[in-house]
Amino acid sequence: MQTASLINNIAVARLCAADRWQPAELAFWLLPIAAYFVFPDNLVLLTQMAITALFCLSLDLILGYAGIVSLGHAAFFGLGAYTAGLLAANGWGEPISGLLVAASVSAVLGLLTSLLVLRGADLTRLMVTLGVAMMLFELANKMTWLTGGVDGLQGMEVRPLLGQFRFDMVGKTAFWYALVVLFLLFWVARKMVHSPFGLALKGIRLNVARMPALGAPVNMRLTAVYTIGAAYAGVAGALMAQTTQFVALDVLSFNRSAELLLILVLGGSGSLYGAIIGTIVFMSAHHVLSDMNPEYWQFWLGALLLAIVLIARDGVMGGLRRAAAGLGKNKGMAR
Amino acid sequence: MSYALQTQNLVKKFGGFVVTNDVTLNVEAGARHALIGPNGAGKTTLINLLTGFLEPTSGSVLMHGKELTHLAQHQRVKHGLARTFQINRLFSELTVLESVVLAVNERQGLSAKFWKPVAAHTQAIEEAAELLHTLKLLDVAHEQTRNLAYGKQRLIEIALALAAKPSVLLLDEPAAGVPTSESRELFESIAALPRDVTIVLIEHDMDLVFRFADTISVLVSGALLTQGTPGEIANDPKVKEVYLGEAAHV
Repeated sequence: MQTASLINNIAVARLCAADRWQPAELAFWLLPIAAYFVFPDNLVLLTQMAITALFCLSLDLILGYAGIVSLGHAAFFGLGAYTAGLLAANGWGEPISGLLVAASVSAVLGLLTSLLVLRGADLTRLMVTLGVAMMLFELANKMTWLTGGVDGLQGMEVRPLLGQFRFDMVGKTAFWYALVVLFLLFWVARKMVHSPFGLALKGIRLNVARMPALGAPVNMRLTAVYTIGAAYAGVAGALMAQTTQFVALDVLSFNRSAELLLILVLGGSGSLYGAIIGTIVFMSAHHVLSDMNPEYWQFWLGALLLAIVLIARDGVMGGLRRAAAGLGKNKGMAR
Repeated sequence: MSYALQTQNLVKKFGGFVVTNDVTLNVEAGARHALIGPNGAGKTTLINLLTGFLEPTSGSVLMHGKELTHLAQHQRVKHGLARTFQINRLFSELTVLESVVLAVNERQGLSAKFWKPVAAHTQAIEEAAELLHTLKLLDVAHEQTRNLAYGKQRLIEIALALAAKPSVLLLDEPAAGVPTSESRELFESIAALPRDVTIVLIEHDMDLVFRFADTISVLVSGALLTQGTPGEIANDPKVKEVYLGEAAHV
């Protein structure tokens, strides 16, 4: 093959440029830094956003890239939260090692439950993921001696980050901590989806029946991504526990899983950025609407969801993608 | 001698319904072997048994003398057994190049690599581009698969199978749904495949079968009726009888 014609080939050129950071992406990551200065009184909310965005990112990995639907992703979030919480409540208050332990524990649960999840098709998967999360919820509810049950897990003592930065009342440390972890894990996820592994996952989502005919061990790949997704969710849960110094039983609730799915659909799945943008839109709307109308705010949230899904069928990212295509621009981060 | 592909007393029952009835088939290495038979003769079922999509009720499947009967689909592909599908099974949202790179990655064992970008594995991309070049698909390599004409999509089916570097290639009605004008071109591409690839072909278009195949097996009601050279099959009264009742397909 003549190398010259290969380099000139438009398909090859596009493939080679696919993983390059676009200016729009760099600009995007300046937003949270700007938000820190513009909304100094809302750091707690911003921290919650970063954590939820990470949680949503973990769902995007398994749903948006591998096509595994889940209604019980809170299982991994909650397990991560309780792991980090119990560590900190029992004298292991070092946050970063706490994150790593939480990630590992959630990953193990992900690995084990993937064996169940992969057995069925979509509807079975919804039920299995839902079932696992429900069981964990009731376990945490019942084991009050360990988890505090409905009262929540008390008495966490999280030590200063890197031995330097105390978790202050305003939430500065918590904000930067959550944001940096989000960015690092986003960066890793971004590398992953642009790798051959990521391409294979897309292949599985687009045509699972074809993949074995290419020689692909489909279940092994799905187990891998499900485990990684679980670890990510565990980190998100651990961040939540460490930054609030408290674990409420609702970290494992069905509501959390369902809301997460909603956020991802709202933002648009399969682009990583959709998970973050969905989180920003959803939580901002939630914040503003519940301020305006404390009793019936969910009505307006519902209306907003319908509007976005009807106007931009594949979420905010889908809408942006079409807008970018309409302007004849480089697709950039909307890919 | 060791055949490229063999079945021994292969049986597949769905409940009480026998779809594959005691089929013993020998495909010689390098052969252009066609599998014909009226609708419902069990041709696709046989392909599914060969590739491991279905497990046989009894009997065995061998490749180069090695038993594959209980291997999963993807493991058989690793042994060099690839197939195309009667109805396209492609990756609609991927570009043509991405699709073939994906297939090459799977063969080269790159798909477990999750750190470096796809583009960093240049060997796989070169190989995919070369394959697309031989199938005259390089010009449309940047298109999304779903945007291509059906005839081109059939070629991608073949490209995906060839990316596995098979020693035996099973083509399930490669020209199905392709207009006659394009099917000639398609078969030229198939005929140009290297001789060391053994090809088993299912096809309804008898013109194409008789021009392409050096051996023909006739399958009727799940059982092997006869086997021979195109000349022998054309003059076989049993075959004529089967096909007279099914004249529409001849």
